[in-house]
Amino acid sequence: MRGSVFSDALAFLRNTWRGLTSMRTALVLLFLLALAALPGALLPQWSTSRNGVQDYFDKHPTIAPVLDELGAFNVFGSVWFSAIYVLLFVSLVGCLVPRTGEYLRNMRARPVRTPRNLARMPHHSQATVDSSVDEAIAVARKRLRGWRVDERDEGNGTRSLSAERGYLREAGNLVFHFALLGLLVVMAAGAMYGYEGRVIVKADGSSFCNSGTYNYDSFEPGLRVDGTGLNPYCVRVNDFDVKYQPNGQPKSFHADVDYQAGESLDNDVWKPYGLKVNEPLRLAGDRVYLTGNGYAPVFTVTFPNGAKRTSSVQWKPMNMQTFLSQGATKFSPPGMPDEQRRQRNQLAITGLFAPTASFEGKVLSSKFPDLRDPAVAIDVLKGQLGIATGEGQSIFSIDQSMVESGKLNRVARENLRVGEQLRLDDGTVIHFDGVKRFVNLQIAHDPFQEYALVFAIAIIVGLGASLSIKRRRIWVRAGPTDGAARTSPDGSGTAPTSTLIEVGGLARTDQAGYGEEFTKLSGDVLGKSGHHSAPEDSHGSASARERNS
Amino acid sequence: MPINQTLSGYSDIAFTTTVALYLVAMLLYFVEFAYGKPRRAVRERESELTAVGGAGGAVPSTTAKTPGRVEPEPRRPLPERFGGMAVAMTVLSLLVHAFSLVTRGLAVGRVPWGNLYEFGSAICLVAVVAWLVLLYRQSRPVRKSTTSTQLRGLGGFVLLPTVLLLFLSGTALYARASPLPPALQSYWIWIHVSAAIVSSGVLLFAGVASVLFMLRVRHENNPLKMVRFGSRLPNSQTLDRLAYRTTVLIMPVWTFAIVAGAIWAEAAWGRFWGWDPKETSAFIAWVFYACYLHARATAGWRGTRAAWVNILGLAAMLFNLLFVNLVIPGMHSYSGL
Ligand code: HEM
Repeated sequence: MRGSVFSDALAFLRNTWRGLTSMRTALVLLFLLALAALPGALLPQWSTSRNGVQDYFDKHPTIAPVLDELGAFNVFGSVWFSAIYVLLFVSLVGCLVPRTGEYLRNMRARPVRTPRNLARMPHHSQATVDSSVDEAIAVARKRLRGWRVDERDEGNGTRSLSAERGYLREAGNLVFHFALLGLLVVMAAGAMYGYEGRVIVKADGSSFCNSGTYNYDSFEPGLRVDGTGLNPYCVRVNDFDVKYQPNGQPKSFHADVDYQAGESLDNDVWKPYGLKVNEPLRLAGDRVYLTGNGYAPVFTVTFPNGAKRTSSVQWKPMNMQTFLSQGATKFSPPGMPDEQRRQRNQLAITGLFAPTASFEGKVLSSKFPDLRDPAVAIDVLKGQLGIATGEGQSIFSIDQSMVESGKLNRVARENLRVGEQLRLDDGTVIHFDGVKRFVNLQIAHDPFQEYALVFAIAIIVGLGASLSIKRRRIWVRAGPTDGAARTSPDGSGTAPTSTLIEVGGLARTDQAGYGEEFTKLSGDVLGKSGHHSAPEDSHGSASARERNS
Repeated sequence: MPINQTLSGYSDIAFTTTVALYLVAMLLYFVEFAYGKPRRAVRERESELTAVGGAGGAVPSTTAKTPGRVEPEPRRPLPERFGGMAVAMTVLSLLVHAFSLVTRGLAVGRVPWGNLYEFGSAICLVAVVAWLVLLYRQSRPVRKSTTSTQLRGLGGFVLLPTVLLLFLSGTALYARASPLPPALQSYWIWIHVSAAIVSSGVLLFAGVASVLFMLRVRHENNPLKMVRFGSRLPNSQTLDRLAYRTTVLIMPVWTFAIVAGAIWAEAAWGRFWGWDPKETSAFIAWVFYACYLHARATAGWRGTRAAWVNILGLAAMLFNLLFVNLVIPGMHSYSGL
């Protein structure tokens, strides 16, 4: 009893495995994979378009949370998508292992014995020639150079060749599928051991050092990255240059940077590099990309006690066409040892910045992204910024709750061009000195990406081989014509030679187009050995059979 | 580099001319298709049988000539003469089309596929070239199964989507001659985009073959269905093989295009694959074509089902070309609109 339960279970497992590794399952899973990826193209994804998802939530408040719950905004991290590709790859392994074994066995095996009835083959032709069997076979052998040929003596003076070609097709196919597997593994490893970070650096000689995650504005580590032991290097941004077309489209971005890595880090030598879009700086296993830019207005505040503070903080571009930017530059009053008092006398300059100003009444907008006529429209707020509360605060804005609770109050509103200034009631003077540019740098690290490239190349090569090489067989049988065989049963060769040559061909793959090659080949095999009756190609268009085979 | 407005003006004129010429060629193909002798399913089966029986080359080779040459043979039936004119017209429009792209490239001093308009135009060019190459190959005497005259019936159906896409490119997608934005200033635009164009063009062609295959199969399964239309198409095996062989030919190129895109993305965006909408939809199209190739090797999935998958692949390609570029914001929003 127990034995049968056990064997039932075994049978069930075996059947499941067979089902999973069948071509049909692979096909269905592939199909599902494509369908499952579809929402990833149709809907914004958290990973690529945070704002897009937020927009979607605003526009479709009822359905968006449901979709989110289902993972529709995170398709490529969702359980169902993973399930499909894991199953697919399990199926792939189950399919590849036996096929590889079979392929290796096939490589060593002799080509298949010549079938009895060659006329049954999809391609067939025959002729009677005046040469001997040996000569006919020799001609055929010569013509079949490059094929794997096996010869068999079939008795009665009849000999046959079986030849096969196109083994590389299966090899290519296996390489292709294995490389797919490899690519998946390598991509997973890259996601685990890689990291990506972003940082804004002012293009005034400021620098960024990859010495710890705290130097980043944002940092996305892989699962296996804890942020220690980063590759050490520093990048200094000296200058940044944008060229625009007259219509405001950017023509080129160029950041003039210096870097230190490895040795030059120790002896403090800076090496120059021109950082451009499409030309990242590759350093110590990391890549540094130029991904954006913007403006940092410079303000100098002269406090009533005469102390001066200058500050420039990046403001966030709100409009990528005109670079109208928004931000907040914050000051703490100097010379106030009393913490309480200092906290209450903080200053923030918030508002808009336009690289090429255009005023409509008092409302500032920007006409052009380049620095032609910079101006700011600012609110000055005084009071408690709330920086000391310990909560992280956006560098681009002030804490609105401070305004609402009355701890932070607007004390002035003004539009300023470069060089203009504004005096507050308490005597504080705010001077708009000028503008600096900043660049957005993205740092990426993926220790496995070279392997991904290797697998991708293997995929292309394997696919090319698999799709262009035809696996095909040809058989040649040469024997004395019936009459000759009977008159000279011992095959002594003294009888008048008349040999019947038959050629049969079979394409082993779903690939039409063997007919042409076969016609030429059989023509050579039959034709060069003397006179022959008109070869008859029994299937000029062989596709009829191929389709059903 | 400043833009040469004169050249770009010539390019635009040539483009408009191209669309008009293709339209004429398409109508000529359709005239032949509609008024030519229908290739009755019966006759076809007969010739198939004779081919199987031994006389493979029995189909009269009246038209074994290079496409593009119009020879006033008085004895050729009128519709066939239209067909010849259609081919000549196709060649002519192709030349004007190529001129339009080349002058656009010269006018802006860069590759002529920097925005969606140019991209669409180049894809159409490839589809037409694929069509003419096929016609030429088929006219060689070794091809016995289908003559180029029989194949010519497809011409109108190849040009129909081509003209539509061109029209769309020239109107809704039109972009003025301008230099490349910094994101596209890389030699990878030569490699990645040209591979994508070639594969899109050829796959467009394969998709048309699959659509016609479906229609023809309906007719063959029941000769009473689509009598006038279906009977004039080449037989289903020819269409199926056409779709299959073109897909097989181009699949490695399409794979290469995606890989080249990934290599470019590594240099431009900081990662070689990030499921950007464009990447995702290219992936989907690729998987559909992988499905198609699998289907061809799976019992019970050849024929109509495989053809459906191929059509889905084409749909994904078009979705990728139009919808993703125009509607969905992503890093590939280089349509120039
Ligand atoms: C990871 C998912 C897979 C992808 C993307 C994929 C893709 C492809 C592609 C593009 C081809 C056509 C090129 C060629 O013939 O080499 C192909 C062929 C083939 N695949 Fe896959 N495949 C996958 C999984 C599988 C699985 C799981 C199996 C086993 C059940 C399998 C078995 C085959 C076989 C036998 C062929 C050869 C068909 C022929 O002879 O034409 N594949 N595959």
